[in-house]
Amino acid sequence: MSQWKNFSKGFIRENPVFVLLLGMCPTLGVTTSAVNGLGMGLATTFVLVMSNIVVSLVKDLIPDKVRIPSVIVIIASFVTIVDLTMAAYFQALHNQLGLFIPLIVVNCIILGRAESYALKHPIFSSAIDGLGMGFGFSLALTILGAAREILGSGAIFGFKFIQGDGMLAFVLAPGAFLVLGYLIAAVHQLKKS
Amino acid sequence: MSKKPSTFFNMVTTLFGVALISSAGVGLVYEVTKAPIAQAQLAKKVSAVREVVPEFNNDPIAEAYELSSDIGPLTAYPARKDGVLVGVAIETITQKGFGGEVKLMVGLKTDGAIQAVQVLEHKETPGLGDKMDPAKSDFMAQFRNKNPAKFRLMVKKDGGDVDAITAATISSRAVCDAVQRAYNAFEAKLQNS
Repeated sequence: MSQWKNFSKGFIRENPVFVLLLGMCPTLGVTTSAVNGLGMGLATTFVLVMSNIVVSLVKDLIPDKVRIPSVIVIIASFVTIVDLTMAAYFQALHNQLGLFIPLIVVNCIILGRAESYALKHPIFSSAIDGLGMGFGFSLALTILGAAREILGSGAIFGFKFIQGDGMLAFVLAPGAFLVLGYLIAAVHQLKKS
Repeated sequence: MSKKPSTFFNMVTTLFGVALISSAGVGLVYEVTKAPIAQAQLAKKVSAVREVVPEFNNDPIAEAYELSSDIGPLTAYPARKDGVLVGVAIETITQKGFGGEVKLMVGLKTDGAIQAVQVLEHKETPGLGDKMDPAKSDFMAQFRNKNPAKFRLMVKKDGGDVDAITAATISSRAVCDAVQRAYNAFEAKLQNS
């Protein structure tokens, strides 16, 4: 498989949110606005790339029976690094995403990519795989966040284009499920054609 | 390089190594970000104090003292202009929010009237309870220049004078509760001295 194919598979073909349906907790939780979705997506991408690189680097040094705990410790370290860095330099975003940053640790996408890809492939391909999957995840979260922001608050990336309130339900949890359902349907239609 | 076999010795040493290196990395980032995080939090506090009390030229953070309340000590930041007390910013708290704890900064003038109220931390519903944030609605503006001695800090539904946020009565009650606590602490201190 060429590296471009490896990179682009995360966009549509194996999109972690719309096709693999992984990492639903942050997907539904933080996407109340496009900025939140993008911030969460980029934080996850960073962790995904770094953990894929490190896991691929040490894969031959780790005995099979302890690979999951080792991988989790590596992922948790990078998540803590992201958490601290955001708290120090991006206070506003950190306040918004709050609880969901530490929860990146248990995001199935990251462990899933480490287990199914990075443990079996060389470093460069693993980094590309992480980057592609991360972009796919960011893309999905940003689209979802934008759709909910437009419908729920009548704004996009924080710029209000209608006066007054939007349809509040889309900012709350039920709206997340509704929008996600329609987006998954749309992606499937796109894949078929 | 061949895969390491899963012997007891290999597993223990690998996990030990992974944990050691990871914690060293996290520790390093913690040390690097410690100062910026503390600074960001201090800046947030200073700007909150600045927004809720009349103009001052002392350092309220350095002169902070504690007030006792029914749920533990509250921190108060006295604001002085040329040595004369012009107001006190009180960091107050309530557990009655819809999403748990709500932290406010309440600015009181020397006669006990409310100058302004700022939100420090909350976990209220986006689009509903988060309208307590002065950036999102003018709910907080109604407290300006009201003296809780005459202005009953309860929502109108409960027989008070406060216009609740639509569809967020619990969040509105929480704000009233926290502001009342700050006022009570301030008054108790005044009576004792």
